[in-house]
Amino acid sequence: MSILIKGGRVIDPENKIDAKLDILVEGNKISKVAKNIQAQEATIIDADNKIVAPGIIDMHVHLRQPGREDKETVATATLAAAKGGVTTVLAMPNTQPAMDCPEGVRLLQEIIKKDAKVNVLICGTITKGRLGEELSDIAALKKSGVYAISDDGCSVDSDELMLEALKKAKQAGLLTICHSEDKKLSGKGVINLGFNSTRLGLRGISNESEYKRVRRDIELAKKAASAVHIAHVSCRESVEIIAQAKKTGIKVTCETAPHYFTLTEDALLGYDTNMKMNPPLRSKKDLMAIKQGLKDGTIDVIASDHAPHTENEKDIEFERAEFGVVGLETELSAGINELLAKGVLDWPGLVEKYCLNPAKILGLEAGRLAKGTPADIIIVSDQEPWVVDKQNLVSKSKNSAFLGYSLKGAVDYTICKGQVVYKR
Amino acid sequence: MAWTKKDLLGLEYLSPEEIELILDTAESFKEVSTREIKKVPALRGKTAVNLFYEPSTRTRVSFEVAAKRLSADVINIATETSSVRKGETLIDTGKNIQALKADIIIMRHNYSGAANMLARALDISVVNAGDGWHEHPTQALLDIFTLKEKLGKIKGLNVAIVGDIAHSRVARSNIWGLTKLGANVTLCAPEMLLPVGIELTGAKTSSNIDEVLKKADAVNVLRMQFERDEGTAFPEQLDYFKKFGITEERLAKAKKDVVVMHPGPINRGIEMSSEVADGKNSVILEQVTNGIAVRMAVLFLVSQAREAKNEHID
Amino acid sequence: MKEKAKILDQEGISRAITRIAHEIIEKNKGTAGLCVIGIRNRGVYIAQRIAECIKKIEGKEIETGALDITLYRDDLALASGQPRVRKTEIDFDINEKNLVLVDDVLYTGRTIRAALDALIDLGRPRSIQLAVLVDRGHRELPIRADFVGKNIPTSNKESVEVCLQESDGSEEVLIAERQ
Repeated sequence: MSILIKGGRVIDPENKIDAKLDILVEGNKISKVAKNIQAQEATIIDADNKIVAPGIIDMHVHLRQPGREDKETVATATLAAAKGGVTTVLAMPNTQPAMDCPEGVRLLQEIIKKDAKVNVLICGTITKGRLGEELSDIAALKKSGVYAISDDGCSVDSDELMLEALKKAKQAGLLTICHSEDKKLSGKGVINLGFNSTRLGLRGISNESEYKRVRRDIELAKKAASAVHIAHVSCRESVEIIAQAKKTGIKVTCETAPHYFTLTEDALLGYDTNMKMNPPLRSKKDLMAIKQGLKDGTIDVIASDHAPHTENEKDIEFERAEFGVVGLETELSAGINELLAKGVLDWPGLVEKYCLNPAKILGLEAGRLAKGTPADIIIVSDQEPWVVDKQNLVSKSKNSAFLGYSLKGAVDYTICKGQVVYKR
Repeated sequence: MAWTKKDLLGLEYLSPEEIELILDTAESFKEVSTREIKKVPALRGKTAVNLFYEPSTRTRVSFEVAAKRLSADVINIATETSSVRKGETLIDTGKNIQALKADIIIMRHNYSGAANMLARALDISVVNAGDGWHEHPTQALLDIFTLKEKLGKIKGLNVAIVGDIAHSRVARSNIWGLTKLGANVTLCAPEMLLPVGIELTGAKTSSNIDEVLKKADAVNVLRMQFERDEGTAFPEQLDYFKKFGITEERLAKAKKDVVVMHPGPINRGIEMSSEVADGKNSVILEQVTNGIAVRMAVLFLVSQAREAKNEHID
Repeated sequence: MKEKAKILDQEGISRAITRIAHEIIEKNKGTAGLCVIGIRNRGVYIAQRIAECIKKIEGKEIETGALDITLYRDDLALASGQPRVRKTEIDFDINEKNLVLVDDVLYTGRTIRAALDALIDLGRPRSIQLAVLVDRGHRELPIRADFVGKNIPTSNKESVEVCLQESDGSEEVLIAERQ
């Protein structure tokens, strides 16, 4: 079974391609990228006036399975991923139980084999139970097939333990992802610390609680001579610290999420719990720094930090509501609206952040559109408007920060491993 | 100018005209409480529910008296937050009360924003009787009403608010109300009790009570709550009284007719001395009396707005 | 609104008020225990004028007050446009008084019903009498005026507009077709 994608604007920054080309998919690989490909047997997809890009590789997704299948499952999350143009997700390990041992990983792999509609990679934990007390068996985790380790949602407070983890991860050839937050500083905070937290009467989360930990994590990575990836960067000081570190040759990469370049703390003024996430929506200044960081390359990756929660956990008093928003189905549209339309990034730039850089960081072949690479491809109408509402989200949870927003950019086709997994 | 809001959630989003309308209406209602028969039939047949998630005798009683003087039926529900955690959600509770065909929910809640959330979820009126550290609009309205009664105006007055600004909903509502009506507000507290960015409200800040008192036409003294443990180091009680307590010696250096207010209940000898609380500058009991008129005005206006809206839909 | 017809001019209003004052004195056999209370807004001004007339005639001050009936209206929920609550100002005891209630126009009688309820909440007068500048008919309640400035037969489609110097800057009573 082969697919011929005809006449789209093909974007592949790695191979410096941005041209009207055809792509032939045979089996689960791309077999040809050229002008006017003829293939009698192939199913033809007309991509005239459309963008043809590699599938998104989302480095920060909470599948909630095993443990919280009421929020999301591998099946529903990967359905949402396909709809959002995401062909690979990195599953965060804060499941119940946490992904801290090979047995757990194997259990999840079974579920993935059965239910996943797109590629799911597993991230293991740094410490057992993500408690920051005792290291997981990192070598064993690697062997069981995880792609990275992270204590997602928690930071390892002990410098010694974190340094040890970075060294072990390096030995095992695993990427360490840091949720950089000093909980002694963020405390019981629920929104960004500032005038808005004051006027709303809510406890604040300072930039300091993030960037001080970012600085520490980078220093430890330098000491361990290991690579480190900083998750969900939200504030200007973090961007600056990472930029400096990159200049001195430390192997640090980082990601931000669409809400941090689209929304500010002003979205909280009505106590909308769908605007509550950690790190919190920051100030306008921080948002500008995030955009600048994306533009100048300090920020490598855009990831959704897809964090599904049930209505019961969101439709309650603000301070009691869970942190986090879903994002798989809106992340590309958010980038098109805030970055492409506003001139921060062009299409090759977007593809770098969403596809190519995550592939490089995780050591994947995908993220490119060249002969022989995996046939993970999306076809996008980048001018097509759509309105985000609970009815058109397929994720099990509807806690989107973009409910009611009209966004430009709709995914027409998602092809994963040579199969059409989503068609609009 | 007509009142169009079905709820009263805070003063931050009210216009100066809306605040004036409440104050003017309250002035008319004040007369009712001076009568032999302290009752008018304006809300006859209406039901107001006092939904209190935090213990508060004085605010609840004040609302109850206000509602009864308007001939509304009043039902009191006092709930410990701990049991609510296990049980139904706030929105479910609200929808149940709405299903009982109540007309107004008067809510006190320990979480900021709870009233906003409930108001969004319900068609009936919600009056915020204090939510977390956020707002306590009727307290501020009665403070402002009392000030206006005493000094004839609000515009241009120098008003000092003294105490734990960071954790005070009374302070926040007063800041919004007073600045909107043109008063100069100075917040006086130890540095650590002044929240981030508070000066963006238009209020000034100071940590020198004697300097602030010199210029003040009125001083609103907040209740210090030392029992609250939020991880913030609170000052020692005695130390606080020495540095910020309102005493006769301090008042002697202030303007002769400075108006001294307190939302109650007073911690005598902590934020204010007994002599000051009972002294000639104190209007603390007048505040309580005016609280009834202000709350009558609020209950009347929100139910009028809701009736008008419902009629429109039909 | 169609062309307005003038029913009373300044002098007409003045004569009507003077006559009402005389009738009040006559009916009450003097001014002992007499007081006049106007219904807000225009009733208050008419009540004050009646009191002045009585003073001219009898040489005695009588007590006057202002009554706001908003909170007693039976159409509060239906009121188009929000009625503004104003102050009731009656700073004397109405118990055992011969009280003359004053309004500008008597129409359905519902305002007077509300006013009677409001007055009874304030005390127990010996008697309550009603004086109006204009009675236009169409009663919906069993209420009638004791003193009437002018009876004007109207249709329900018409509106009667009383203008007084204190509130409107002119002195006239107009009748017009409602649209």
